[in-house]
Amino acid sequence: MNKTSSSTNLSAISRDWSAEARKAKFQKRRRRILFGIANHSVLVAMSAVFLMPLFLIVVISLMDFQQASRRALWPHPFIWHNYLEVFQAVPFLHWTLNTLFVSVLTMIGTVVSSVPPAYVLSRLNWKGRQTSFIIILATMMLPGQVTMIPVYVIFSRLHWIPSFLPLIVPAFFSSAFSIFLLRQFFTTIPDEISDAARIDGCNEWQVMMRIVVPLAKPAISAVGLFAFLGAWNDFFGPLLYLVENKNLWTLGIGLTQFQGIHHVDKNMLMTASALFMLPVIIIFFFSQKVFIEGVTLTGVKG
Amino acid sequence: MMSIGSVLVSPRRKARARNNSKRLKARAKLRTPWLFISLCMSPWVLGFLFFTAYPMVASFYESFTRFDLINSPTWIGLGNFRRMFFHDSLFWTSIRNTFWISAISIPLRICFALFTAWILTKPKRGRTIYRTIFFIPAMVPTVAATMSFTYIFNPAVGPINKFLESFGIKNPPLWFMDPRWSKWALIILGLWGIGDTMIIYLAGFLDVPKSLYEAADLEGANAWQQFRYVTLPLMTPVIFFSAVTGIIGSFQYFTEAYVAAGQVLDYSHSMYFYATHIYNEAFANYQMGYASALAWILLVITLACTFIMLRTQRRWVHYPNGSLFK
Repeated sequence: MNKTSSSTNLSAISRDWSAEARKAKFQKRRRRILFGIANHSVLVAMSAVFLMPLFLIVVISLMDFQQASRRALWPHPFIWHNYLEVFQAVPFLHWTLNTLFVSVLTMIGTVVSSVPPAYVLSRLNWKGRQTSFIIILATMMLPGQVTMIPVYVIFSRLHWIPSFLPLIVPAFFSSAFSIFLLRQFFTTIPDEISDAARIDGCNEWQVMMRIVVPLAKPAISAVGLFAFLGAWNDFFGPLLYLVENKNLWTLGIGLTQFQGIHHVDKNMLMTASALFMLPVIIIFFFSQKVFIEGVTLTGVKG
Repeated sequence: MMSIGSVLVSPRRKARARNNSKRLKARAKLRTPWLFISLCMSPWVLGFLFFTAYPMVASFYESFTRFDLINSPTWIGLGNFRRMFFHDSLFWTSIRNTFWISAISIPLRICFALFTAWILTKPKRGRTIYRTIFFIPAMVPTVAATMSFTYIFNPAVGPINKFLESFGIKNPPLWFMDPRWSKWALIILGLWGIGDTMIIYLAGFLDVPKSLYEAADLEGANAWQQFRYVTLPLMTPVIFFSAVTGIIGSFQYFTEAYVAAGQVLDYSHSMYFYATHIYNEAFANYQMGYASALAWILLVITLACTFIMLRTQRRWVHYPNGSLFK
C-alpha cells in the first residue's frame, strides 16, 4: 500500500468517526434536554404542592366570611380590610410585641452565653474538655419532659409563673445545641491565627473577642437566628408559663385562643396565621445561606 | 493568660523543668488558663445544674411519689407505675397512637426527604429556588401551620375537600374530624415541613465524590444501580442519624397534635399521644408525681429504641472511615 491510500483511508475513518460522534453527541444532548424537562416538571409540580397551603392561606385570608364558607376559590372582592381588622378585633399587635420581646431576649441570651463555652471547648486544651463535650451532647438527646416538671416547680416557687422570666432566663444559661453548632465552626478556624495573637500579647479573652468571634460571624448569626426563630415558633414554653395571664400571651397562644373570641370571623384565623408566618419567611429570604449552612453543619434544626 | 514567655521558653529552662516534676506540674497549671475556662464554662455549668442535673434527680424521686404542687411529695413506692400499667387506659391509648404514628411517619418522612433531596440534585439551574420553596414550610411556626391545616382540611369550609370532590371523589375523608383519618392528616402536615431533613440529605448527596459515579459509569452501572450501590450506602449514616432523632422526637410529638386536637375537639383520643398524656397529667390534673413517672418511662423507651437502632446499625450503616463519628 502506498502513502496516499492509507491517508485517505484514515481520513475516511476519521470522517466516519466524527459523524458518529456528532450523532451520539446530538442524541446525548437530546436525552439531556428531555431529562431536564422531565426533572423540572417534577420539581415544578412538587413546588406547587409545597406552596399550595401557603397560597390557600393567603387566599382565604382575603375573603369575608360568606365567601369563605361558600368555599370560594378566589376572593371576590378582595377584603384587604381583614389585615387591618385583625389588629382591631384581637390584641394582635400586643401578642406580636410580646413574642418579639421574648424572642429578642432569648436570642441575646443564647448568643452571649453560648460563645464562651464553645470557645473554651474548641480552642483550648484542658483536662475534662472531652468529658464536658460528651455531657453536652448527651443533654441534647435528653427529652425535655424528664426535666420539665421540677423546672416548673422551681419557677412556681420563685413566683415567676405567669411571667416572661421562665422563658428568657434559661436562655442566658447557654443551650447545648448552640454550643455544639459554634464548636463545630470554631474548630475549623486554624490555630495559627490565635497563636499569633497570643504572641502579640493578647490574653484569652482578647483572642476570643477580637480574633475568633469576628471570624465566626456566620456561625454566630446562625445560632442567633435559630434561637430567635425557636422562641418565635415556640408553643410549649408559653403554654406552660404564660397562659394564665392574657396580657403576656404570645402569637402562638393567642392564635389557639382565636376561635374563642366570638366576634371574629373564622377565616380571619388565616389572616392572623399569615401575619404570624410572614416575619419568619421574610427573615428566611434574607438569611438563607446562614440558615442552610447552620442546618447542614449540625444536622438539626434549632 | 498566655504571655510571650510561655511560647518562647529557653531550652535550658525546659530541661530543668523536665527534671523537676513538681515544677512541670506548676508550669502546666500556669499554661492552662483555668480561671478563664471556668468563667467561660460557668453559664453552661450553672444551667446544667439548675435545668438538667437537679431536675433529673428531682423528677426521678417524684416519680415514686404523689405530688400535686401544693403539698410536698408523699412516697408511694411503685404506685405510679402500677397505676400506669394497670389502671390507666389513656396511657395505653397514647402509647398505641405514638407507636402507630412513629411506625408510619418516620419511614415515610425518610423516603420523602430522600426523594425531594435526590430530585434537587438533578437540575443544573434553579436549584436554589426549588430548595427555598421546599424549605419554607419547615420555617413556618408550628401553631400557624397546624391551625391553617385544620382549616384547609376542614370538610365544611376548607378547600381541600372541594378539590377532591371536583376530582370526582364522592366521600372525601373528614381528616382531622375523623378518628380514622386524623393521624394521616397529621402525617401530611409533618411531610409538608420536611425541609430541614431534606437539607441534610441534600448536603449528603452533594458530598458523594464524583469519581465514584465515574467509576460506576465505567463499570456499566445504570442509574438505579448507581443510586442503589453508590449513593444509598454513602447516605446511610445520615439516614441513620435522622432515624434516631426521628424516634427521639416522635415521643415528644406535642404541639401539632395538641393544637389540632383542641381545634376539632378530639373526643375519641385519636390524636392523643404520649407527650400529650404527660402534659395533661402534669398541668391539667396536677398529678406531678404521676407525670414524672410517665416522663421516666418515656426516657427508658427512648433509650431502648436508640440502643436497638445502634445495635442494628452494624448491619446497614456504612461509615467511610469505619468510625462512629464520621
